[in-house]
This record gives sequence, C-alpha cells and structure tokens, in this order.
Amino acid sequence: MKKEQVPQHKDMFGEQRAACYAVDDGGNYVIAPTAGWEPSNFANRQAWEVIREEVELTLENIHAGKASPLALHMVMNQLDPGLLSSYTGIGRFKVRSHLKVRGFVKMSSDDAKKYADFFKIPVEVLAIVPDKVELPGETRD
Amino acid sequence: MKLEFRHRQSAHCESGVTANLLRNAGFEITEAMVFGLGAGINYAYLPMVRVNRLPLIAYRSMPGAIFKRVTRSLKVTTSMTKFKDPASAREALDLQLERGVPVGLQVGIYWLPFMPPALRFHFNSHNMVVYGKEDDEYLVSDPTMEGPATIASVDLDRARFAEGPLAPRGKMYTLTSVPKNPDLPPLLRKSIKSVCNAMLRAPLPFVGVKGIRFFARRMANWPKKLGEKHASYHLGHTIRMQEEIGTGGGGFRFVYAAFLQEAAPLMGIAELSEVSRLMTEAGDSWRNFAATSARVCKGRSDLERPYEELKSMLMEIADQEEAAFRRLLKCV
Repeated sequence: MKKEQVPQHKDMFGEQRAACYAVDDGGNYVIAPTAGWEPSNFANRQAWEVIREEVELTLENIHAGKASPLALHMVMNQLDPGLLSSYTGIGRFKVRSHLKVRGFVKMSSDDAKKYADFFKIPVEVLAIVPDKVELPGETRD
Repeated sequence: MKLEFRHRQSAHCESGVTANLLRNAGFEITEAMVFGLGAGINYAYLPMVRVNRLPLIAYRSMPGAIFKRVTRSLKVTTSMTKFKDPASAREALDLQLERGVPVGLQVGIYWLPFMPPALRFHFNSHNMVVYGKEDDEYLVSDPTMEGPATIASVDLDRARFAEGPLAPRGKMYTLTSVPKNPDLPPLLRKSIKSVCNAMLRAPLPFVGVKGIRFFARRMANWPKKLGEKHASYHLGHTIRMQEEIGTGGGGFRFVYAAFLQEAAPLMGIAELSEVSRLMTEAGDSWRNFAATSARVCKGRSDLERPYEELKSMLMEIADQEEAAFRRLLKCV
C-alpha cells in the first residue's frame, strides 16, 4: 500500500488514529496514521449489529417473562453465563437461575450487590429494564 | 511517581510493547524488526477456537511467542509473574515502579476505558506498559494508541484479571538485563527460516499457505452450510481478524515487508528487498480480498457467485505467498 492511499475513513476510533504500514514515494516503509478503513469499519458495525440483535431478543424475552433483567446486563456487556459466573464469583447454576424471573426475585442481597458492583451500577438499577438500550458501537461522530 | 518512558505508537500490541521496552532499556529497535526477529508472521485457521462464537483466524504466531523469541534470541533476561488475586498483583506492580522499572502487562481489552468504546470486545491477549502511578491512577503506554493514557487502579485490576479464554491472571513482565550489540544477522536468518518453515511446511492442514487454501475451501461453503446471514457474519469477522486486530493492515503482511526491507542491508542480502516487495503485493491482495468481502456482505457486489470468487482470490493469495516464502527461504 502506498502512503497516500492509507485510508482516512473516520468512523469508530473517535479522534484516535491507528498505525498502518505503507510505502512512501521512494519505496521505503513508513508508519502512517489511519483514521479507519471502510471495509473494516463495516465489519465492526456488523459485529455491533450482532450484539444489537441479541439485546433486542433479550428485551423481548424479558417482556414475555422468559428472562430476568440480569440477562440484559449480561448481553449488553457481551458476556455469557459462564463468564458472568467467573467475574462475580457466583456459581454457574445460581447465575443461570438468576437469569430467569423466578430465580431473580429470590436473589439474595449479597448476590445482588455482587452483580451491581461488577456492572458498576446501584443495586436498585439491576431490576430496571430500560425502553431503549444504547450500545457504544452505535454512537457516531 | 512517573518513570522516564518514551511512548511510540505501533500497529501491533505485543511487538510494540517489546520494542518500546527494549528501546527504553537503551536498545534501539523498531516494531518491524521485533516482529521479524520474533518470527511473528503466520497464518492459521482454527475453527475449533471461537472468538465471539466465531472461528479464530490468525495471521501471526501464538500470543506471547514474539516477546519470548525476541528476548531469548537477544539474550535479554526477563521476569514474568502471574497472580492469584488483584491485591498482590497491584503490590508487585507498585514495587517494580518504585524500583524504576517499566512493566509490561497482559490485559483484557474490554476493560480499558481509554480504548475507543466501539472497539471494546472481549479479547484477553492485549499488551501495554505501565510506567508510573499518580494518586490512584496508573500511567499507561499502550502502543496501539497515539499517546500515553491513564487508568484508574480499579479499572486496571479488572483488566488484569479479565476472565475467559487466555485469561491474563494479572500477568506482568519486565526486562531484567539487556546486552549491548548482539550479532543480529545469524539471529535474523534463524527467525526467517522458522517463518518459512511454518508457512510452507506446517504439518497441519490449517496452518501456513496450506491453511489459506483450506480456509478458502471452507469459506466457499459458508452460504450453503450457514445460510446467507451467518455466512455474512463469518465473512465480516474474517475482515476484522485481518484488518482490525492491530495488524498494521493486510494481516501483518505489511509489517513483515517492512521488516524484510530493514533486514536487507543489515544482512547484506539485496534480494530481501525484492522479497519485501512481494510481501507488500501479498498484503495488497489481502486488502483487496477484505474490500471485496465487505461488498459481498453489503450485497453490493455484482459477482455472480461471490463466495466462489472470494475463494479464487484466496487461492491466488496462497500461491503468491508460497512463491514469496520459497524465494525468501532460498535467499537466506
């Protein structure tokens, strides 16, 4: 790739620029900053679309009483029950039950605090299901 | 306290950290040279290892292999420690900083607040340097970022103890002694041979140029096997692995081309510049493949059988790389 061809398609990095290797007029390699490249910007947007789909599905399940609000926090942070269990130190089996409404309402205050601390939210917010969820990959400048 | 540490941006975290640590210990070396000496380039399609539930495609050697190979071959002594809990990990880090030693850390990228939020996915093999602590914040030189950053100690704890595949377990590493003026050419020859062997003679079907062909055949089957939508997700993921995970563009091929160009006068082998040009061409072909893939995903390609077309592009890349690495093997 030639230095003057290094793409500057600003999208997801914000003001950050990444290092790209390219050749200058003399054929020598230089490190050239890139603000982004549309094909990989597209691939990043697509990865966020997958997360968005999962968030929407989880919201549906919550409204249908098939999942608890904890499930939303989990998918918003791109986690699965196994990871959530290792991060919070709450057993896998218990995490799975907390992801259902019945287990969620019976959650001990100790466990609730562990989840809240991990997600960096107040305990009361754990049970709140927002109407709209915003994901970091969807905000553009 | 704040140690004297020159930050330099690089394409790739591990070779960038290794180069920055060496330079700050008085050993001038570029990222490209670290990448080449560390035998960093490779290709591996590992569908049994999942990243975000999608197959792993690597354009480089195993995480940690570059640092290990470079320090061993330069006879740099290092210390590496893992920890059971964040408290002892933090204590050990602070102790090194007090002694005036910059520290390399393995971290989970998802938990780094200074990363652009849109790039925060769970990936546990990120590397960066901590070179100071002010109040409750650590001073960070993350080589993939333009400048230094800071991170609150609670956030750093979490990044160091990220869970999941390749969990860092607080891993920290330092250079303990760095010899002066090593005889580079024989070391470079060894690394180049090792890379050629991995690319041309890997005993596994999914590694090296054979791996590219293996992947090409698998990929051509995606629409039939996964359906259009998931085939598109897989293809998009392929683009990200190749272009977005700190590869410097073209799945590390440009970084390796830069290395070969730098190695040519050092080793006194003019032909290396020619192979560097071939490697640049291979990188350009990979970029072309990514651009076409993105068009296919968007449904904007006018190709009749897009995945078959992509497959033949990859087959050509495999031939291109096979020729380049064969020539490379001959000239060292």
